[in-house]
Amino acid sequence: MKIGVVVFPGSNCDHDTYHVAKHVMGQEASFIWHKDASLGDVDAVILPGGFAYGDYLRTGAVARFSPIMRAVTEFAAKGGPVIGICNGFQVLQEAGLLPGAMLRNKTVKFLSQAVHVRVERDDTVLTGGVPVGTVLTLPIAHGEGNFYLPEAELDRLEGEGRVVFRYVAKDGQVTEEANVNGSSRAIAGVCNGKRNVVGLMPHPERASEPQLGSADGRRLFEALVGVLQRA
Amino acid sequence: MAKARVYVTLKKSVFDPQGKTIHDALGTLGYASVAAVRQGKFFELDLAPGVPAAEARRTVEEIAEKVLSNPVIESCRVEVDQ
Repeated sequence: MKIGVVVFPGSNCDHDTYHVAKHVMGQEASFIWHKDASLGDVDAVILPGGFAYGDYLRTGAVARFSPIMRAVTEFAAKGGPVIGICNGFQVLQEAGLLPGAMLRNKTVKFLSQAVHVRVERDDTVLTGGVPVGTVLTLPIAHGEGNFYLPEAELDRLEGEGRVVFRYVAKDGQVTEEANVNGSSRAIAGVCNGKRNVVGLMPHPERASEPQLGSADGRRLFEALVGVLQRA
Repeated sequence: MAKARVYVTLKKSVFDPQGKTIHDALGTLGYASVAAVRQGKFFELDLAPGVPAAEARRTVEEIAEKVLSNPVIESCRVEVDQ
């Protein structure tokens, strides 16, 4: 399987993501420059973390106008798996491929720490086969990860089963303390209606080998590869 | 040459952690008369010479809504003068 990693000016998790795809998961991987018009022959696309275009204007706001985003949108429309991690998630929101917007963290601090997230769906391209309720330990590193949608739209999102990850305490319970950035309903990740586009604020690529303190992120990459192999 | 100004503010229903922090700091400094602070963004756009006023407004409103603000969380207001 071939996994493409989009590189924007300011992406800084592109090499980590490539490393996990290629060396940890043993898949083919390629970098895709943001000015390219085509994704090439990839089976899945990952928009990595970082600060695309310095996050000028708003996080992800300028990156969404990069030429490659037209190809990403077409790929997603055809059912191709698209994953947005952290800043990549923010780019997908700005591009309208995923719902919501990110506000500044409730603490107004940049948060760089490990968090626990609970898997809420086992039917997306990133969580296929991961049991609902599984608690993963993953790092976050963001200043704007405070997921926001108006209440009525949150209800609709929940009703459609599109909340994929929630910040929880170690025992899997949603608590105000565990919801470190203040996200609406502790939402850490969501998907589109077809479940082939998934965005999450935590960094699974930084936690896919035991040497890094947690290999829980690997389960998500395994799920993605599994979905691709079954496709 | 027409000049345009775009004000982007968080919607009233959206909590503004930055505004809250500034308000708290004002309280610490003794400015007890300030009841609340909301932080926003301000843009100045110079239109190319010869652009008619109506077209300038249309263009800037489109830019304000499509690019400068995110309709999920923000509202925008446009002023254009000649």
